[in-house]
Amino acid sequence: MVSAVDLSASVGAVRLKNPVMPASGTFGFGADAARLYDITRLGGAVMKGVTKEPRFGNDQPRVTDCPAGMLNAVGLENPGIDSVMKQELPALARMYKGPIIANVCGFTVDEYAELAARFDESQDVAALEINISCPNVSHGGMAFGTDSVAAAAVTRAVRRASGKPIWVKLSPNVTDITRIARACEDEGADALCLINTLLGMRVDLRTRRPALANTFGGLSGPCALPVALRMVWQVYEAVRIPIVGMGGVSSARDAVEMTLAGASAVEIGTAALVDPSALIRVIDELPRVITEMGYARYADLVGKAHQGKG
Amino acid sequence: MRQGLYNVISNESVARGVYRLRLEGSTRALARAGQFADIRIDGVYLRRPFSVADWDDEGFVILYKVVGEGTRALAGARPGHSLDVILGLGNGFDETISRAPLLIGGGVGAPPLYALAKRFIGIGIKPVALLGFASRCDIILADELRALDCRVMVTLESEGERVTDRLDEASADRDRFYACGPEGMLRAVKRQCGLPGQLSLETRMACGVGLCRGCTCMTLTGGKRVCVEGPVFDKEALAW
Repeated sequence: MVSAVDLSASVGAVRLKNPVMPASGTFGFGADAARLYDITRLGGAVMKGVTKEPRFGNDQPRVTDCPAGMLNAVGLENPGIDSVMKQELPALARMYKGPIIANVCGFTVDEYAELAARFDESQDVAALEINISCPNVSHGGMAFGTDSVAAAAVTRAVRRASGKPIWVKLSPNVTDITRIARACEDEGADALCLINTLLGMRVDLRTRRPALANTFGGLSGPCALPVALRMVWQVYEAVRIPIVGMGGVSSARDAVEMTLAGASAVEIGTAALVDPSALIRVIDELPRVITEMGYARYADLVGKAHQGKG
Repeated sequence: MRQGLYNVISNESVARGVYRLRLEGSTRALARAGQFADIRIDGVYLRRPFSVADWDDEGFVILYKVVGEGTRALAGARPGHSLDVILGLGNGFDETISRAPLLIGGGVGAPPLYALAKRFIGIGIKPVALLGFASRCDIILADELRALDCRVMVTLESEGERVTDRLDEASADRDRFYACGPEGMLRAVKRQCGLPGQLSLETRMACGVGLCRGCTCMTLTGGKRVCVEGPVFDKEALAW
């Protein structure tokens, strides 16, 4: 009885009808994705990263690929908080009635707090995803996510500025992700999202130059899944707050694997760039995969891989 | 736009390193010349975008040059194979705004201009085509455009001539240009051609469907996605 599977998930106080959300930056602000698939099916809607000022982003080329993934250096292109509050967010709230998660990116601690306070004003925002892990901007972003003191400072400032649930999105480009994870938990983060992209590069043989104008970019896609699983596993052991798992999830089986490693919900990004229906396909396939494992509730799978080990 | 599996009918070399691929399947999603197909290719992760060179009710044609891993793998596609394609992407050229069009193509930028020429012929307008190639063995579509009864001018870099050297002559009795080719050529055409015009841009794309902002270019009204708001832009809109 595949239809009997309960797909509901929760990330702390945020309830999701299913555990599948788009990863920030692969969904725009909803309208772009709504042209391609039924976004009302999603468990949650994660908006593109928003900065204080509008940003054009990096020069071309911004993307390239490898056999099992891609690199991007988009550089946080977005219309800025004023436009998002006035246009993009209300438009998304008209199309999508589930939890909307606002992805926030600052260049200083104060900017993170200011952006969090702005989103705090909106009834449409269910949670904040604090992006301290963007690898593609020269200041801010990942600089906060690779230093536990700075990560703590951002979390503390955002905690003071907003009463919304705070999900901190972590960078994998660190020696010990559990140190950063614990620093965020200690300052009142409600959940942790991981992983953002892995810093990488490619070189173009024709031009003999880096393939990306930004030289480095964030690696994502199926090749990132094992790294993401390892880090979700480590962080699950290190903190008590829930984890949103992401990094290479492309199928329902991947989503379940991420869940067994410790994720309470998943975000899917790169897979949707190759197959726009990827998220819907995962939602449709989850009941069968869960049934085949002998379970009836998605939530019962969270962290199961940790049980019974010595 | 339509996503589906398309059958390979033929995939043959037509010039040095250039292949002509015909795929069979629904073309209802194609509304304009200059729109593109985003094709999934075994061996590379991201889809690769290709302008549609020609289409009918049964299928469509692309011409592509082998330049990297993706196109090298695509050259191996054989009749009987099928490819996952998202078809009918991008805005395309507007053929309703010219009575005397000049089509300017550079290298493997020429293919969408063939589709555009057919659209013009279909409404009783005969375009002039100015095509530039590196050398004689790189020439594509010149004969096909002549077969449509277009006047075709070809320049060869191997003979020291570029399309910009013949712009004045080619644009003499024309009212608008439509260009597709390498960015250097497009910039030179935009700078030197006095006519109003439309230019089809090429960038690296990840999704091709408007989700990722990987292909954004700067215009006078801000960043625009080459895959959705483009690939065709009015000359006046580009921030070059």
